[in-house]
Amino acid sequence: MSLEIDVEHARGSFQLRARFTAAPGLTALFGRSGSGKTSVVDIVGGLIRPARGKVIVDGQVLVDTERRVFVPAHRRRIGYVFQDSRLFPHLSVRHNLLYGRWFARGNGGAAGDLGTVVDLLGIGHLLDRQPDSLSGGEKQRVAIGRALLAKPLLVLMDEPLASLDEARRAEIFPYIERLRDEAGVPILYVSHSVAEVARLATTVVIMAEGTVTAVGPVVDTLPLADANDGGSVLDATVSRHDEAFDLSLLTTAAGELQVPRLNAPAGAHVRAYIRARDVMLSLRPPEEISALNVLAGRVAAVTPISGAQADVRLDCSGALLMARLTLKSVERLALAPGRPVYAIIKSVSFERT
Amino acid sequence: MTAEEWTAVRLSLLVATTATLAGLPFGIAIAWLLARGKFWGKSLLDTVVHLPLILPPVVTGYLLLLSFGRRGPIGSFLADEFGIVFSFRWTGAALACAIMGFPLMVRAIRLSIEAVDRRLEAAAGTLGANPLWVFATVTLPLCLPGIIAGAILGFAKSMGEFGATITFVSNIPGETQTLPSLIYTLTQVPGGDAAAMRLTLVSIAISMVALLGSELLARRIGSRRQTA
Repeated sequence: MSLEIDVEHARGSFQLRARFTAAPGLTALFGRSGSGKTSVVDIVGGLIRPARGKVIVDGQVLVDTERRVFVPAHRRRIGYVFQDSRLFPHLSVRHNLLYGRWFARGNGGAAGDLGTVVDLLGIGHLLDRQPDSLSGGEKQRVAIGRALLAKPLLVLMDEPLASLDEARRAEIFPYIERLRDEAGVPILYVSHSVAEVARLATTVVIMAEGTVTAVGPVVDTLPLADANDGGSVLDATVSRHDEAFDLSLLTTAAGELQVPRLNAPAGAHVRAYIRARDVMLSLRPPEEISALNVLAGRVAAVTPISGAQADVRLDCSGALLMARLTLKSVERLALAPGRPVYAIIKSVSFERT
Repeated sequence: MTAEEWTAVRLSLLVATTATLAGLPFGIAIAWLLARGKFWGKSLLDTVVHLPLILPPVVTGYLLLLSFGRRGPIGSFLADEFGIVFSFRWTGAALACAIMGFPLMVRAIRLSIEAVDRRLEAAAGTLGANPLWVFATVTLPLCLPGIIAGAILGFAKSMGEFGATITFVSNIPGETQTLPSLIYTLTQVPGGDAAAMRLTLVSIAISMVALLGSELLARRIGSRRQTA
């Protein structure tokens, strides 16, 4: 699957100018609210007709304003999971799920029969219920299943977890991961949550004020995401659990990390997100401190940002780590590219995955 | 009750049912246009639809006579081309009733279409349903309570319609003499009071059954939507 977007659109005083190409897997559109993420997916889904530009999915031109091409939403075969699930209140869960299948008769495409999708999303026990009686998390799982059963070439998800509380989110994460990894459906995923993007995304498209500011793999791109809340993503494997202290040990390229016990078996791949402001630097190996996690590395770059602060990029055996320090600390430790340092990470700052 | 009275009751039910069922597709179409359409002359259409509500029924009946009568432009065309005759037939009574009930019907249906969440329609579109299917499978079922309410209002109006009917198709026993027409006739002759009272009670009973029926139907739809 490939998705190529190059569009311009104006809505009131808001100008959208988006251009990017998405690779297979889950592509996250990341940015603050009002940055134009939803407009982009609405354009891809056919709910908004852009003033100018092109949308191409898998070589199929869906929009080309110059050639006056505009494929209507119902002929695009692009699934859409809305923030507010939008299940049909007059149909049972089963009939909601089957709604799109009838129109997709004879089409190939991702994801197959009701049984497979129901198993994938764990919604078998809900089939005969009415949407009104479902919890928020259940509704979203049904909405995802409904989109899948229409055999889409691409699935759009517009902040599907935004209306849910933390526990419900944790309930849905694994299903979206399975969708990405097992069903092989390409996904364009809108989010303003670093934790979600860090956990789910293959590729990140960062948007700000209607334009795309960066595109790339999540590990390289997410640290650039937000000047106010920078951080870094580490790919990790659960090596074992420390039952005595209720901790999990993770192996990463940068070294070993100890985090509060994760709900994942040994050998599972997880992503840890470490906020830049939760990283301290020391020139010598720290001794007798409470923090459990200390990684050795070298300074790769020092970037001053506003407010007398600087972001320090560290190279820890090939993995990127970000630290946010005051300019005074940078000067006191004489931090410059190449200087060996020890990064002290508070174990609580890991995003639970 | 006499045979004449039974005939009038049966005829009234036939006329009202025909008027309601025949008017419903047009009512839904016009209601949809008024709720969703953006076109020049929309407020003019709105006014025309509401005219029978405001005009004296006699005027509406007379206009029907002029246009749908044997020598009227529409009436003569329909009679010559399709053999459909309205004037002084029970079908004419049904037409008059349908026209008189139309504004009430459109109003109820229009409100319910406006209340349908358009985001659900957009969702149906992304699942592959073309606009016609979206209307049939999402919009229509969601505004069903409004359609039922509109139909009941139209039916009730038809059962009671008098002015336009008697002006357009007169008061012919067995053909156009509906319940209200017969009651009117009975009140004009000496000794007709008892019969008029009987028919009045019949009229009240039919109206109440219709209202109760619609209430039950609406409640069943409502509960089906809420419970598992």
